[in-house]
Amino acid sequence: MKCDICGVREATVHLTEVINDKVTKLHLCEECARKKSEEMQSHFGLTDLLAGLMDLWPSMAEDRVRREAGVKCPVCGMTYQDFQKTGRLGCGQCYETFAKELGALLRKIHGSDRHAGKMPFKGKEALKEQKDLQRLKTELNELIRAEEFEKAALVRDRIKDIEEKLKEQG
Amino acid sequence: MKLNDLVYRKSEWLKGEGPKSNIAISTRVRVARNVKGHIYFNRAGDRQREETLDTVVSALKKSGFFKNALFLRVKDVSELDRTFLVERHLMSREHMRQFEHKALVVDESEIVSVMLNEEDHIRLQVIQSGFNITETWRIVDDIDTDLGRYLSFDYSGRFGYLTSCPTNTGTGLRASVMLHLPALAMTGQIDNVFDAISKLGLTMRGFYGEGTEALGDFFQISNQFTLGHSEMDILYNLERVINKIVLREEATREDLLKRKREEISDRIFRSYGTLKSARIITSDETIKLLSSIRLGVDLGLIKDINMARISEVLLFTQPAHLQKINNKELSPYERDIKRADLLRQKLVGD
Repeated sequence: MKCDICGVREATVHLTEVINDKVTKLHLCEECARKKSEEMQSHFGLTDLLAGLMDLWPSMAEDRVRREAGVKCPVCGMTYQDFQKTGRLGCGQCYETFAKELGALLRKIHGSDRHAGKMPFKGKEALKEQKDLQRLKTELNELIRAEEFEKAALVRDRIKDIEEKLKEQG
Repeated sequence: MKLNDLVYRKSEWLKGEGPKSNIAISTRVRVARNVKGHIYFNRAGDRQREETLDTVVSALKKSGFFKNALFLRVKDVSELDRTFLVERHLMSREHMRQFEHKALVVDESEIVSVMLNEEDHIRLQVIQSGFNITETWRIVDDIDTDLGRYLSFDYSGRFGYLTSCPTNTGTGLRASVMLHLPALAMTGQIDNVFDAISKLGLTMRGFYGEGTEALGDFFQISNQFTLGHSEMDILYNLERVINKIVLREEATREDLLKRKREEISDRIFRSYGTLKSARIITSDETIKLLSSIRLGVDLGLIKDINMARISEVLLFTQPAHLQKINNKELSPYERDIKRADLLRQKLVGD
């Protein structure tokens, strides 16, 4: 059997399409089938579905104004409209830049916008250091109040070290 | 390790072993991760994409998990080899189509694979034979934790791991189990399974993943939500639902054997006969017939082959595998002939 589209090559892919309850059978060669499937994916991709969903909530006028003003992500330059077109974010900073819109979108997709899972190794370290920092700062204040300046200087140096380390890690 | 070393090796997930391997072919778990301070693939320029590759590759090389791994630049791999890797479930079709600035890393045992610069900077995947969610996740978790020592991941306290597509945000976790459900399909119960699954936050896809038809009654079931629940909760929900589906499939198989033994046997042995004697056969027909035979082996009707052999044949009759073992490019028609040859050799030969 020859391919229904090119009529040259042998048909090896058999496709059944249902459009408005009408069944059409297509017999295609590999090459035409690949083209056809790319065509179909571009028609019905997840991107379109996501983009379609997102249109459902331009709920707040304020948000729309923000979007229309074209707020750009300072790191990758993406606007919310860009995201609506592609369904893909450009960088980690986008999540902060569009936190409000994305929060709403994530609630729609997942039913939640709060992570409840694992934390990365470096995140854990940073968190521990943040806590140490808090503790040391309280200690420093107490030492100053008690006029124990030598000890206070040591604690101050440790605070400096941790702050620099955190800065390096970004 | 070289790419061609993979050709004759049996992937771990092909072993036909593991819990409930009569129904569950394989379990796959992946996490999506991005490197902090690096722009995501779709938005990055060529230089930034290369920088990301360098950063991730050097982190992988520091990790003890990738000591003898295969590191491939996708652009250096031929089209045939790319299809071969997709058939082997080591990389996605997406990764194969746009191959510039992308890499693939496969560990020595072929259990772990990492796609670099796919939609996210890192897609870490572990695949195991049978229904084995907890064990598979444990391996992913260990490697991911280890990589976190050498890389800072994009992560926020509120949203969790940040991913290019919001459908992966949070845990970045997708777990899926490939199930063989011929009895549920035959009795029309599969539609109920579909309905129930979507209500439980899971999705069901065909043989080759997203957007594909369920050939040969093979279905992939995976979690849909990645945010708001811990990894363990997501995996437990999937495990619980799959357990129920497996039990239902088993009960239906037994029931069919009791009530329709002749019809079932007839269908199974006709399929076996065709596979053992065909001279020209397409990939789709092969998958459908092998599905029947797999059922026959589980029901104890076919005794001279085992599950591992069926899984092996299922993989090696796919287009790129056929061409790799024949060492040349073949037209679809030539493949149909070579496929029939291979089937006779593997199913009759010993």
